[in-house]
Amino acid sequence: MKAIRILIRGIRDAFKSVVRNFSLSTAAITCSSITLILVAVAMIISYNVKNITQDLEKELTIVAYIKNSGTNENINTLKASLDAMENVENYKFKSKEEWKLEMKTYSDTFSTALEYLETNPLLDSFTITVKDVTSLKETTEEIRKFEFVSSADYGEGIAENLVTAFDVIEKVTLVLVLALVLVTAFLIGNTIKLTIFSRKSEIEIMRLVGSSNISIRLPFLFEGLFLGILGSIVPILVTIYGYVLLYDHFNGYLFTQILRMTEPFNFILYVSMLLLIIGAVIGMVGSYHAVRKYLKI
Amino acid sequence: MKLIEVKNCYKVYNNGVTAVADLNVIIDKGEFVFVIGASGSGKSTFIKMLYREEKPSNGKVFVGGVNVAKLRNSKVFKLRRKIGIVFQDFKLLPKLTVYENVAFALEAIGLHTKDIRPKVIKALENVGLKDKMRSFPNQLSGGEQQRVCIARAIVNEPKLLICDEPTGNLDPDISKEIVGILDKINKELGTTIIMATHDRDIVNKMKKRVLLLENGVLAGDDKKGSYIVHESN
Repeated sequence: MKAIRILIRGIRDAFKSVVRNFSLSTAAITCSSITLILVAVAMIISYNVKNITQDLEKELTIVAYIKNSGTNENINTLKASLDAMENVENYKFKSKEEWKLEMKTYSDTFSTALEYLETNPLLDSFTITVKDVTSLKETTEEIRKFEFVSSADYGEGIAENLVTAFDVIEKVTLVLVLALVLVTAFLIGNTIKLTIFSRKSEIEIMRLVGSSNISIRLPFLFEGLFLGILGSIVPILVTIYGYVLLYDHFNGYLFTQILRMTEPFNFILYVSMLLLIIGAVIGMVGSYHAVRKYLKI
Repeated sequence: MKLIEVKNCYKVYNNGVTAVADLNVIIDKGEFVFVIGASGSGKSTFIKMLYREEKPSNGKVFVGGVNVAKLRNSKVFKLRRKIGIVFQDFKLLPKLTVYENVAFALEAIGLHTKDIRPKVIKALENVGLKDKMRSFPNQLSGGEQQRVCIARAIVNEPKLLICDEPTGNLDPDISKEIVGILDKINKELGTTIIMATHDRDIVNKMKKRVLLLENGVLAGDDKKGSYIVHESN
């Protein structure tokens, strides 16, 4: 019962203190709001870049053509080899007849030209999806080794550069998120330290009248928690409304159809939840450390 | 029956200053003791060692049978709950009312709200401030603020009341009033009182036990004392 009383008083005193020290509380809340908005922006960029990279990676395939002289046996050999290759996710075989039928649908010119020819000039093909795009080159080269393979290509250069570029952007934004979280921790911690510094006499009196360390700390911990939570409200609203507006404005695509934005729901809820947790945890940790300074432990 | 026993106590601060040297004092339950001495004589250090704000460098300090010199920092709060402390600068919380300031000491130890009110009112009655319980400290005179500080110190009915120059900031008439309240607490509640002071008039008038500290050494102990004046004073 006594522990519950101390807990309830801790919450009550924390609430009173946030109101009574209004100007410092506002400073702490503003400071955490600004830094958490930056964290939110970096998180949104990082997550979108990650998704775009994954989308692009899914689009990257190897297309291998079998020489005209290739036999059914050759095709079966390649199928067996592809099955055995570790990096091959799946593949799709398309015979030259299937190509012919498909191309006829493209335009009348194609259709007439293909009808006119006595033999089918098209080649049997394999479209291969890989598990790890960084080994795309090695897998392609393995396929090229077969004599009966006319060509195997994956859009060398462009694909690799794009994947590398997005990989770098993803890593940079991730580092940015972590750095911003640290900066936020530092800023919120320091602002809370200021609010606690202004009340060191209160802590001193609490110690002198026989408060245990835990009952001294508790109101400050809750105060840090409240400040952190209050500080994350604006960033959460900015994230939800800002991202939905941005998504609608761009119709879900950034500049081109290739760069698809992450859908707002449940993504922004997940970001909002993270912001709330970051704010609350940093607020509590910040005040825990600040109070520790004035306690003889 | 002894309440406090200080045995061969030394306190040397980190900067090398010896504040207290080979101090030996016994104070019985129910005594009213003045601790006098010039500034820097070790009065405050002695007082602070009793409520374990300072730890002796050597020796033993028994308060209620417990050697507080050996008390772990995390356990100091248990000692503080058994003693009341009155300061020269009052140490009241400006944003709390008189009632809240006194209740603060009881809330801090986790007492139930319904038990707090009668105790606070009784303590305020003891210092004659019941009618000002809704005032804030800045609406009170220095003497009244000190009375609030005394009420906060006695609200938990401690066996020992430590007063560190409680009249240092007050004029002579108010000082007498404060010491009168302390005397009443000593007589009526049986609380042991240790009071560090510079005030000769009060010490001479009260005729209580006087401990004189000089350069950290106990230079005099007068059981029915008056302000002891040594050559150095």
